[in-house]
Amino acid sequence: MWLRNITFALLCLAGLTALAATLVPVHTKHGGRRLRSTVDPQSEVPDRGLVETVRRVDELFRADWSHGELVSAPRADDLTIARRLALGLVGTIPSLEEIRQLEAEPAATRLDRWLTTLLSDRRCHDYLAERLTRAFVGVQDGPFIIYRRRRFVAWLSDQLQANRPYDEIVRELISGSGLWTDQPATNFVTVTIKPDQEKGPDEDELAARVSRAFLGVRLDCAECHDHPFQPWKQADFRGLAAFFGQTKQKPFSGITDADGEYEVDNPKTGEKQTIAPRIPFLAELLPAEGTRRQKIAAWVTHPKNRAFGRAVVNRFWAELFGRPLIEPIDDLQSAGELPPAIDVLADDFVEHGYDLRRLIRAITQTEAFRLDSRGNMGLSDAEVTPDHEAAWASFPLSRLRPEQAIGGLVQSSSLATIDYESHILVRIGRAGAQNDFIKRYGDLGEEEFAPQGGTIPQRLLMMNGQQLQDRIGQTPLTNAAMRIAMLAPTDEKAVETAYLAVLTRRPTPDEARHFVAELADKADPRSRNQRLEDLYWCLLNSTEFSWNH
Amino acid sequence: MESLNRRGVLRLAALGGVSWLTPVAELLARDAEAKPTGGPAQSIILLWLAGGPSQLETFDPHPGQAISGGTTAIPTSVPGIQLAKGYERLADQMQHVALVRSLISKEGDHERGSYTVKTGYRPNPTVVHPSIGAICCHQLPVAGTEIPRHVSILDTQWPGVGGFLGKQYDAFQCYDPAEKVPDITARVSDERLDRRLADLNVVERAFARGRAKTAAATLHRNTMASARSMMTSEQLAAFDVSREPEERRKRYGDTPFGRGCLAARRLIEVGVRCVEVNLNGWDTHRDNHEQHAHLAPTLDAALSALLADLAEHDLLRKTIVLCGGEFGRTPKINPLDGRDHWPHGFTMLVAGGGLRGGVALGETDPEGGRNVKDPYEVADLHATVLAALGLDPAHEELAPIGRPIKLSEGKPIRALLA
Repeated sequence: MWLRNITFALLCLAGLTALAATLVPVHTKHGGRRLRSTVDPQSEVPDRGLVETVRRVDELFRADWSHGELVSAPRADDLTIARRLALGLVGTIPSLEEIRQLEAEPAATRLDRWLTTLLSDRRCHDYLAERLTRAFVGVQDGPFIIYRRRRFVAWLSDQLQANRPYDEIVRELISGSGLWTDQPATNFVTVTIKPDQEKGPDEDELAARVSRAFLGVRLDCAECHDHPFQPWKQADFRGLAAFFGQTKQKPFSGITDADGEYEVDNPKTGEKQTIAPRIPFLAELLPAEGTRRQKIAAWVTHPKNRAFGRAVVNRFWAELFGRPLIEPIDDLQSAGELPPAIDVLADDFVEHGYDLRRLIRAITQTEAFRLDSRGNMGLSDAEVTPDHEAAWASFPLSRLRPEQAIGGLVQSSSLATIDYESHILVRIGRAGAQNDFIKRYGDLGEEEFAPQGGTIPQRLLMMNGQQLQDRIGQTPLTNAAMRIAMLAPTDEKAVETAYLAVLTRRPTPDEARHFVAELADKADPRSRNQRLEDLYWCLLNSTEFSWNH
Repeated sequence: MESLNRRGVLRLAALGGVSWLTPVAELLARDAEAKPTGGPAQSIILLWLAGGPSQLETFDPHPGQAISGGTTAIPTSVPGIQLAKGYERLADQMQHVALVRSLISKEGDHERGSYTVKTGYRPNPTVVHPSIGAICCHQLPVAGTEIPRHVSILDTQWPGVGGFLGKQYDAFQCYDPAEKVPDITARVSDERLDRRLADLNVVERAFARGRAKTAAATLHRNTMASARSMMTSEQLAAFDVSREPEERRKRYGDTPFGRGCLAARRLIEVGVRCVEVNLNGWDTHRDNHEQHAHLAPTLDAALSALLADLAEHDLLRKTIVLCGGEFGRTPKINPLDGRDHWPHGFTMLVAGGGLRGGVALGETDPEGGRNVKDPYEVADLHATVLAALGLDPAHEELAPIGRPIKLSEGKPIRALLA
């Protein structure tokens, strides 16, 4: 028994030592871990087609700005753009370690390298998989046993890691067969099964999900009535639902397709009524062969079905900008005339094999993505206004999602990058912190791109919460403020390091002067640690930290 | 609108010389007396029995029937209405209480069922409906409440949400009132906090440069100021049940749930619109009777003490108390001596708010079938609560998807509207 105790104690000690070793360095040597950029060759050779696509998008936006007599904001600096990329692709902010590596790269290629690094990072696949899962199957736990949300997310993450073409992924979701455990894509179907009802998958819900998530069409309003502003009729909805009318759930084989007609109760007469599958538009794209689900899958992802490309462009635009190009994110039809930029991007996406990474590259290389969120500070009246934001003539401010807020909070206190190479204790710590924090911060569910301000409980959580205290309090293992206090050679360096770790920028001269003076003040009753802790608290509670900008 | 009560009319009549007290005025005065509040209800306390309590072991016993599995019943203060054994103290309060024993829902899953009972709508992928407490806060704004107006006490998986009305209507979550309210206390001295806030201005000033308007539009600083005023609010004392006399605390029971119910009363008193108090453990797929017997004393003490306490504080007529879960449990007992999910006939307890007490509506089948006498939809219950709050259930709010959505699609239960 005592032998086991000693072994356990030694193990703990070894773990903590290893952990401390990964946490200590404030300045990483550039010879250490480098930005990994070998996986994705796209960035090394500039793609002429992609450059052309971006140029056309930029042209369209510029025409729009000059039409609206808007002077666009200047280009943002590299660190600001790097922060946006990290928030949009891995749901956290760059670590101090990453910032140092980034700055060691030549200015001309550093953002490209950073993007490549992020796109090949497992955190990116996991993060985007979770985001897409929300759009595809929602956030609810779903029916017990026959629905495995986590398995679904993991599967999707694997597809993203392999950079599988998006149309293939979607076809598998819509028409996949088998057991939900063995074929995780089928959870897209099993999530609609209602417990306590003998009925199989819910064809109405599937039709609604498919049209919203993949086509950006809210056909489900037509579930109950003809759409007031759109050409969709209730019959269109029923016809779409009929494509899922043969789909069943069997105990041993899982999701399968049977024969037989799709029958529903006529709501007026109460009689059974056979509904034939029917496509709401572009019926000529529907193939003749295959199961009903295979047919609808082929139709949804058909290169000529432009709604498909537009919907995915709009979604990734939203992930990266914090706000969709067309609002609401899944109702492009009611938006009226669409901005032509969406078709330029959608066409490029479809013509290049439904390549999601290429799409992310295209969006993030646009001028709009790289504009500052503030006016040119050299000029007196160059303030950014809500008009600028509306026209994408400045980067819009958007509130961080809960995952991004906790991701940023945990990362800001760690200095070294918390990724898949991180020590297991650090990662577990992050996962645990994350769940509790998100619950109190308030999960945004599927409505995550609806414009929302912050709430009082969120502010209280950031001002007084346990997570924050763990990160900035007097606990050296998880606390960057304390390590900076111990290791930064000068007050100037200490302030600068805190700003870089939390806000991914250097302090302005005013800020530097103010906080350096505080650190140097002999009369201040606070210890140096406490002063740095207070500085961290300020930075974490700022608008700048809680909003993407 | 303030309506006159009978005594008020009589006093006026006395002042005016009685002569005008016509039969019509008399009738009006009587009508006003029937609604003794002189106004609709203002707040809700929802005692949430998470997991789905068995109607048979709580509010709808069928003693002597096969489905009872041996559960016996006790008489209550209202002749003809029985409760399951274990709810003796609640039985004494039955004159305040209405039981809707014939609720039906289509949702037999915990998450979907909770959504349905809390919002009055079935889950729908296009929109998240607000919970009843959020509707109450949204429709009945109050001035002068510095603490959250929608509060959820004790851990729960799906606390009330603002849905399309906005995150600001989500329930503020807190735990056992024996502990401090989470996140409300600064971790440093006042002096240091003030200093932090002053330093924060330096950072905020730098951020606002070149984007003063868009930065102001985030309302971040206003939210921060509201959070700060909440931290110092005197109304926070409402969470502190240790200020109550010991004798009263004992009546509620020395349990987190009992303290939660007591805190609920204190919160309602200072203007909070809706308090959820959560009691977990009702998902009794095995050993149903044992587990229900274990939970009964906690619920019986807290619920009965709450009703009596609200009445003593003259709050019951302004406060609607609801008690129930996401569904009921199967009349059939499974091989593990448990009962499974049963949305086809379950009970919600309703009290206060000017609603009729001392009644039991609807009947479930003593044989355990699905045929329920006088069934009510969950939405009808919502419509009833809204009506008691003086709100029109058919009133529409615009969801962000551009669709008008009614507060409730149900019909108020007339038998409950006094």
